[in-house]
Amino acid sequence: MIREVNIIGCGMTKFGNRSNEGLIDLLKEASINAIKDAGINHQLIQAVYVSSMLSGELTNQTAIASALCDELCLVPAAADRIENGPASGGSAIKNAFLAIASGVYDAILVVGGEKMRNSPGDKITDLLATMTHPTAEYIHGVTMPSLAAMFTRLYMTKYGVERKHLAMVAVKNHENALKNPYAHLQRRVTLEGIFFSREAEVNNPLIAEPLRLYDMCPISDGAASILVCSNKIANKLLDSPVKIAGFGQATDIQAVSQRSDPTELKAVRLSADQAFKMAKMKREDIDVVELHDAFTILEIAESENAGFFKRGTGHIALEEGITALDGKLPINPSGGLKARGHPVGATGVAQVVELAWQLKEEAGERQVQGAQKAYCCNFGGFGNNVVSFVLRRDQ
Amino acid sequence: MTTENVESILRLDWTIPKKDYSAKIIILPTGEKMVIREISRKEVPQLLDTIRPLLTISKDYYDIVSARVYAELLGWYRYRVRNEYCLVGIVNGELAGIVNNRIFNDKLCISLHTIALKRGARVGAHLFAAKQEHAIENYKVDEIFVTAESPIGFKRWMVEWGLEARPNVQHELGGANAYALTKESYFEKKNKKVFGERPVPKEELQKSMNFKTVIPDVAR
Repeated sequence: MIREVNIIGCGMTKFGNRSNEGLIDLLKEASINAIKDAGINHQLIQAVYVSSMLSGELTNQTAIASALCDELCLVPAAADRIENGPASGGSAIKNAFLAIASGVYDAILVVGGEKMRNSPGDKITDLLATMTHPTAEYIHGVTMPSLAAMFTRLYMTKYGVERKHLAMVAVKNHENALKNPYAHLQRRVTLEGIFFSREAEVNNPLIAEPLRLYDMCPISDGAASILVCSNKIANKLLDSPVKIAGFGQATDIQAVSQRSDPTELKAVRLSADQAFKMAKMKREDIDVVELHDAFTILEIAESENAGFFKRGTGHIALEEGITALDGKLPINPSGGLKARGHPVGATGVAQVVELAWQLKEEAGERQVQGAQKAYCCNFGGFGNNVVSFVLRRDQ
Repeated sequence: MTTENVESILRLDWTIPKKDYSAKIIILPTGEKMVIREISRKEVPQLLDTIRPLLTISKDYYDIVSARVYAELLGWYRYRVRNEYCLVGIVNGELAGIVNNRIFNDKLCISLHTIALKRGARVGAHLFAAKQEHAIENYKVDEIFVTAESPIGFKRWMVEWGLEARPNVQHELGGANAYALTKESYFEKKNKKVFGERPVPKEELQKSMNFKTVIPDVAR
């Protein structure tokens, strides 16, 4: 019998251009916010899991989990850096879940962070492309935007998704981010400005056909943190803590072109199925969702592959306003990767932070009323390693 | 030689017929409307006030670009630069960007600078296109020499506009060699780069005439 795992503290830094701070500064800021939020003696923390994809490559600092432990005066807690591409945050939370659920630890600090804005864009694009298949994709010049562009083209052809739908995802998520003080891009965009007007040609320039500027998430600095613990600690502090009700993780064939149906995000489906099975919940139970919209098409595709909408109908749900903040199933109230930002190692943790805030009714202007159950999906590589979580808070 | 005589030598103004730039209105990604219009000499002090806080901001090369624009505008205001024009973008009554050019002769224009004060809204892209529109379509020059001080500028103008390298031509600003936007190339790209509706509705134009001096985003 596994033990229940609770989220008792959440912390974030503002995402965006944090060029005056180092990675450790950002990790510290998010961690301290989470520890303060939890209100526990920091000496109770037995382990620190740090998710970061590119700390060595971009900041020339490795073994950052040990460094952070020292900076936070958490020595001699155990410390590990967990790297799983853009799903590093999800993997770190999953490992914390396993360690608490198994009874090995009672309190773990999970913190994800990345410092990307000090490096040139072409370097970042190349480093992210190293996640692709080395001989089937990378050596041919594949990058994440180019893979996403090919995926989008296929999706458009197969399911009738139009450019307008991609722009609608961007407009919705930018609007949500305006209500999120931690978001990188707090800037309203309109369908007229980025799609309908003639000026959209300049306002929203082509990046990788058919994807344009506003179909891409920004490159961000930032960190996010949660403090997870067993009932032994949580029950002393809170009447109804947020619980990680279930998780799932699945991999898929690395080279997208070698998948039997490149438009199917099998690892999203499988990881979501596992998470819902463990949580003993159905998709209909979910009140709020965070998806990994590194590219606008991914919000639509993941919403279908995670089982919220039938294949090929995610864009229709978007059009009908179902995924809007005041819709039946709000997706990405934080602004998503698209507008909250995407410091890769932080993203999976930031998704869970947002959902925990939603369930605790601490999401401010972007609060989804009455939210009690939530789902998120942290998408690694181009969907070849995906971690899903279902959270709940019993009122 | 009297001071008045020396002043008459140093004092420069338009040496070719001055052309008017007809204001236009542009839709930004935010859905806001930006009026692009030509600025008069008497409005220069207000522009200088806006630029001054940028002179010490090294981020994204604001210091070097703003120092040069400051000098160019001051030079124009004090009659020390010949044939210079300046366009501004105004959004909701606030100054969003400044661009300037200098007409060298009836065949050549020198592209000077572009400063976006409202960032992340493609203000610079629209203003750059507008100042080149004025040179090619109104002054009817054959080509415009462009250079850049920042890598962002290089990507925006040389790469995105596909300008022709002129390795043997030193740009007037004294930095990198010139790149040329030719008349032919401008008209080839016009449909994808140059936008805006004319005439500007009276109310919008009026709002743009009394713009507020803002502290630029980057200096806040």
